[in-house]
Amino acid sequence: MSLLRARVRRPGRLAAEASALLIAVVVAFPLYWMVLSAFKPAGEIESSQPRPWTLAPSLDSFRRVFGQQEFGRYFLNSLLVAGCVVIASALIAFLAATAVTRFRFRLRTTLLIMFLVAQMVPVEALTIPLFFLMRDAGQLNTLGSLILPHIAFSLPFAIWMLRGFVKAVPEALEEAAYIDGASRARFLWQILFPLVLPGLVATSVFSFISAWNDFLFAKSFIISDTSQSTLPMALLVFYKPDDPDWGGVMAASTVMTIPVLVFFVLVQRRLVSGLGGAVKD
Amino acid sequence: MRRAASGTSPLVSGGWTPWLYLAPALVVLGGLLVYPIYQLGLISFFQYTQAQVSGGEPATFEGFGNYAELFGDPQFWQVLLATVLFAAACVVSTLAAGCALAVLLTRVRALPRLALMLAALGAWATPAVTGSTVWLFLFDPDFGPVNRMLGLGDHSWTYGRLSAFFLVLLEVVWCSFPFVMVTVYAGIRAVPGEVLEAASLDGASQWRIWRSVLAPMLRPILVVVTIQSVIWDFKVFTQIYVMTNGGGIAGQNLVLNVYAYQQAFASSQYGLGSAIGVVMLLILLAVTLGYLRLLRRQGEEL
Repeated sequence: MSLLRARVRRPGRLAAEASALLIAVVVAFPLYWMVLSAFKPAGEIESSQPRPWTLAPSLDSFRRVFGQQEFGRYFLNSLLVAGCVVIASALIAFLAATAVTRFRFRLRTTLLIMFLVAQMVPVEALTIPLFFLMRDAGQLNTLGSLILPHIAFSLPFAIWMLRGFVKAVPEALEEAAYIDGASRARFLWQILFPLVLPGLVATSVFSFISAWNDFLFAKSFIISDTSQSTLPMALLVFYKPDDPDWGGVMAASTVMTIPVLVFFVLVQRRLVSGLGGAVKD
Repeated sequence: MRRAASGTSPLVSGGWTPWLYLAPALVVLGGLLVYPIYQLGLISFFQYTQAQVSGGEPATFEGFGNYAELFGDPQFWQVLLATVLFAAACVVSTLAAGCALAVLLTRVRALPRLALMLAALGAWATPAVTGSTVWLFLFDPDFGPVNRMLGLGDHSWTYGRLSAFFLVLLEVVWCSFPFVMVTVYAGIRAVPGEVLEAASLDGASQWRIWRSVLAPMLRPILVVVTIQSVIWDFKVFTQIYVMTNGGGIAGQNLVLNVYAYQQAFASSQYGLGSAIGVVMLLILLAVTLGYLRLLRRQGEEL
């Protein structure tokens, strides 16, 4: 890469850097506007000449959001759903990825192809049968009805992605562990698991997003007991298409986006190297 | 324990151990993915409305009745066409933006790279619902900054069919190009420097290097991001639902997903909604399998 870069003449690189910065500003602008508007006083939001700054930052919109009944509860529900999905799918995918990578058994290739095809299933199309399944299992209006499907939907991609990481751990290490008298379980959890952790972080990003973003299932499965609802539903309390409370919507959006943003920044490096590791395979 | 006879990875046959490791995944996938797919297919063959759901009437087998009704409805064909065109536009724009910016990332120093990377991660991290409302606010005819900047007065973006689709497309590309950009960038970094050196010593242009050296080497990655984009963009739900208020004025912005949801949960036509779901499932499987076959024929490994 270095030589390639060295060959780019200086003006060319400056132009590239200027456009990269300009694009960064454009891409970040919606988020800037969201946070800015969340802090604007009502008069400034409902102004036909919106300014890209505010002279009188106000917490009114946030007060309205947190004054909204059960908003805190929705927030916790969302965290709980996403947390359960991330942990459960990471553990289950780790075991499955180990099985298809380090063992030879009948149906191994068939299973791999099935995991690949499973990624293509448009899960939204399964809302109807899942609705009846949850109803028959008495799970409607429970967080379980949101957690369980998301575990299943994030698994195929997670297994596929983790495969590369498990494969990268040398066979010799496994043999050495057994020679030293380690049991298979001990090798699995005390040697393999820590080595694969960077890959698990990358896959966790995907399962976290799918669970935290969930709108359709929350809308379809949480129908009468709204205390079991999640953040996307709380946001829509403020967003009425005919007369949106933009201050409230932007404040709620800010609260909903910050945890994901923090999560992303924390795992940023791991995510980039994780994607590199997964796709190299 | 039997050693595998050949191959690059000396796999072992562990008796029941692999199945033990696989059991949780298979149980979850069987119960919450495979079984629902079977159910979806089954329901699509039945007359299944509110009366059957509440148990008032038995579900009656209709054969292809729901499908006949669906295919006989001009609105279905219109929605299908809109879905395919909209998804195609989203996929092409996302891939183009993602690949171009990945290449740009390799050509700039650390600071601009970090700025663009962080901005992209921010867009990626934004939940679909909040992204939808924020973009609506940006383009709001009365209070949004975009119309002011462009001098468009109180032009409504969600009123017209095409401009509403365009607005949703902008939001979808905004939140999905980062995945492509980061993945392709990670892939380019993994390409050995000597290969690129050789290419540039031979006097190849940037575009030529991308087309003749990088793109072929990155093909496995490009396959992954293309397939993911097709899958994501074909089944966009939240953005359309929120940004066009359930499918646009008189359903002008419906896509298959939202259409199926409206038929099933708003009109209680669960059989019909399931038939739409089956159509979606089949289209996506056909597209992806066709694409994979094409790549395999070109000698790519999965």
